[in-house]
Amino acid sequence: MPRLDPTFTALPLSEMAQAALTRARELGVEHADFRSERVRERLIKLRDGQLDGKNDNENSGISVRVVHEGTWGFAAGVVQTPEAAALLAEQAVQVARISKPINSELVVLAPEPSYGEQVWVSSYEIDPFEPPRDGDPDPVALLTEWSQRLLAADGVDHVDASLQVAKENKYYADTNGTVTTQQRVRVQVEIEAISVDSVTGAFESMRTIGPPAGRGLEYLQGVGWDWEAEIEALPGLLAEKVAAPSVEAGVYDLVIDPSNLWLTIHESIGHATELDRALGYEAAYAGTSFATPDNLGTLRYGSPALNVTGDRIVEHGLSTIGFDDEGVQAQSWDIIKDGTLVGYQLDRRIAQLRGLGGDGSGKGRSNGCAFADSSGHVPIQRMANVSIQPAPDGPTTEELISRVADGLYIVGDKSWSIDMQRYNFQFTGQRAFRIKDGKLAGQVKDFAYQATTTDFWGSLEAVGGPQTYVLGGAFNCGKGQPAQAAPVSHGCPSVLLRAVKILNTVQEAGK
Amino acid sequence: MSTVSPQAGTPLAATPQELAERALELSRADGAVVLVDENTTANLRWANNTLTTNGMSGTRRVTVISTVRGAQGVSAAVVTRSGVDLGTLEALVRESERAAQEAGPAEDAQPLLGSADAGAGGSSAWDREPGATSIDVFASFAPALGSAFESAAAAGQLLFGYAEHTLTSTFLATSSGLRLRHDQPAGRVELNAKSPDFERTAWTGAQTRDFADIDVADLGAQLAQRLEWQKRRIDLPAGRYETLLPPSAVADLAIYQFWTSSARDAADGRTVFSKAGGGTRVGERIGVPGLRIWSDPNAPGMECTPFNIAYASSSSQSVFDNGLPLASTDWVTDGVLSNLLTTRHSAASTGLAVTPAVDNLLIDGGGTASLEEMTQNTDRGLLLTCLWYIREVDPQSLLLTGLTRDGVYLVEGGEVTGVVNNFRFNESPTDLISRVTEIGRQEFCLPREWNDYFTRSAVPAMRIPDFNMSSVSKAS
Repeated sequence: MPRLDPTFTALPLSEMAQAALTRARELGVEHADFRSERVRERLIKLRDGQLDGKNDNENSGISVRVVHEGTWGFAAGVVQTPEAAALLAEQAVQVARISKPINSELVVLAPEPSYGEQVWVSSYEIDPFEPPRDGDPDPVALLTEWSQRLLAADGVDHVDASLQVAKENKYYADTNGTVTTQQRVRVQVEIEAISVDSVTGAFESMRTIGPPAGRGLEYLQGVGWDWEAEIEALPGLLAEKVAAPSVEAGVYDLVIDPSNLWLTIHESIGHATELDRALGYEAAYAGTSFATPDNLGTLRYGSPALNVTGDRIVEHGLSTIGFDDEGVQAQSWDIIKDGTLVGYQLDRRIAQLRGLGGDGSGKGRSNGCAFADSSGHVPIQRMANVSIQPAPDGPTTEELISRVADGLYIVGDKSWSIDMQRYNFQFTGQRAFRIKDGKLAGQVKDFAYQATTTDFWGSLEAVGGPQTYVLGGAFNCGKGQPAQAAPVSHGCPSVLLRAVKILNTVQEAGK
Repeated sequence: MSTVSPQAGTPLAATPQELAERALELSRADGAVVLVDENTTANLRWANNTLTTNGMSGTRRVTVISTVRGAQGVSAAVVTRSGVDLGTLEALVRESERAAQEAGPAEDAQPLLGSADAGAGGSSAWDREPGATSIDVFASFAPALGSAFESAAAAGQLLFGYAEHTLTSTFLATSSGLRLRHDQPAGRVELNAKSPDFERTAWTGAQTRDFADIDVADLGAQLAQRLEWQKRRIDLPAGRYETLLPPSAVADLAIYQFWTSSARDAADGRTVFSKAGGGTRVGERIGVPGLRIWSDPNAPGMECTPFNIAYASSSSQSVFDNGLPLASTDWVTDGVLSNLLTTRHSAASTGLAVTPAVDNLLIDGGGTASLEEMTQNTDRGLLLTCLWYIREVDPQSLLLTGLTRDGVYLVEGGEVTGVVNNFRFNESPTDLISRVTEIGRQEFCLPREWNDYFTRSAVPAMRIPDFNMSSVSKAS
């Protein structure tokens, strides 16, 4: 069981919180919260087996957020002393006072129990920021070895390799009496092989599909993902793609692998079921949602095979945490049940606005989706781990493929784009295999699938069983102004969809 | 509106200059570069005619780049920390040294720059205190915004948007004696008006250095006209249309092309700028005659850092090149690809000039027509507002996909006749500049898609005879 980092807990955390919250109370706030955060990130990049950059970044500081006379105020700084914390409380109240004339909607937070003092640490084995012990992996050496192995393979001209690791320490205290100290670690590995035809100038790439995970450096050693097998297979997959025919544009049945589908879930379900977005709070930037609250309980989001949950509790999930940045305990809940929209992702203000998430009395309750990516940013509603549930006795991927007479099997994410109401999307992938009469019949290239969200999920015929389930995700989901990045996971099984539009991207380019 | 101190939180005890000098004194590495960034930010965000979030913050980031000579070559590592003061500085320096010793040789290794390498900009102001912004920068803007909320409410409209002002003072010092400093103000405002049912929606945005030039009432009036245009709705199918791309859309497409113009990637055969058979396409015609695309750190109204700042090495920048003077650089001259992004290392390996990135982008094609005049000269075509969610589909052709947003208008007989549904497009900016049939006058604009990262652009509207609207989006 990992322990809290003593270099973080050595900060005068409770003294700063007490100073900030006391000063905020003196100034008459309805609510105040104090955060001290330290986020450490490391990026190691290799290009063709040579180190291309090694960067280590630490962002630390404190902030105070208040609700004063029904208006938000927020101030952040980098000096971590009780005196500085009290000054930030004063500045946050001042920001609220200045802002009040242009605030016509009083801020009220949904109630949440006081949890007292709580400690939570994510599930990992090797802390990337601790001095290495005997047997710990050397990331640069490992990435170098993988790169050189790939470069030695026929048809591989270039290799990009990268490792990103992050460690978050969060201390939170509010006027409700909740005090949390939390720590989590995450890791992402990407290896991409590139083939260049020096005569024609044509090039193709093939990247690993191992997902980012809420794990430590043990992930590089095969815990949670078989990197060795992926590296071994990559040159062959790339060579097949180089030689593959260009896809014929048209309508195909699709079997989509979790390594591709997680991103489609993220864009077409995850963002669409954020209530702040559905209410227009992101309308000028990230956009709105077709899944508006008046449709809750009635909107046919997809076929009855579609069951989607939100959670912040799954082990190794990137959005997983003990308590959110408003002191709300992590939860799991239904978002889509048997194809119907039944829930949203909420923070305390948004939950209270519509009375959602509560016990039906009209008072809302947040499901714990408030998150700020650093002490310098205000918490906003961010995505939980939004996941499609597998069918308990569902089929294997091979069985799903066997049901397709004429289609594609798509693996690995690549390009993505969706409109501002989460209707129209277009995705590509790392590779696509032609399916003919229930069997794989070699790769095709230059493919993209394009659809409208409810049509796409309405064409979902079957979901695979638990044996096909994989937790995918990303480190860098963007939202909000000023922009914030949030890590999030999406689990899903393999799925079978009927009659989806496939584009040929070379034809799209007018070539 | 007043009385908030300019720096959020308590100022740190040491000055940035003291930190930079002390870090170099502490360094035991063979070479070191220290970057100290003092940043203050103030922002307001609103939706549904009311404020939603706000804030002010101050940060200090100290970056130490250590270089270590070894048997195989010179290695480097970058370590950045926020909130560093004299008491915590040595730990940062030691960590950077340790990371450099553990790293393998850096391919882009070059001698660090010294005082003799300083360009015209930067060093004279080394001793001055760092600049700062505060919430007071919105002293005139916020009341005007409040008035705009009232006007919008009276007209049955809703306003959404964001205003941000930042000031970053960057201090750059090398162990070879170079001392450079730059203050960068940057501001942006986005204003979006919608009907209460969100069916009609219009957007405008502006870049600014100090908010003194932002006229909220004028921006609101532009949006009111656009919403008026949207009272007639026309559904059109997917297809290729003559399309007027306003400056914001042109900037978003051009910025992505700029970001992908690494000479090293091109020489490796991995981008649209790679030449079949090897090498790059520099010297090849890629755009229409008369087209110029360039960057200039001294461009009036878009002044930016006149020396190179690199917090990380990549195919298009090198930490060894920190402090390299930047000059006006043409990327496309008279339609011909003239330069790609290089470091000193990649310039040597590709045989191209040393042309690092500059933090602004300009395009001119000699045109004088405003977008309004271009609209009047259109028999039948689409007039866009902006593009959104732009992503790369195929690096070979630099095919990008994305959406139209906040107003696509049908122009018939030189007049806007109604609003059209949104589309998903699939297009390559590199291809568009070879097909453009009219280039308007150069204008300052705010790129809608990329303004979190890139605000300083001055580009013209463009007429594309056959823009590929790949499918219809139901979004409004």
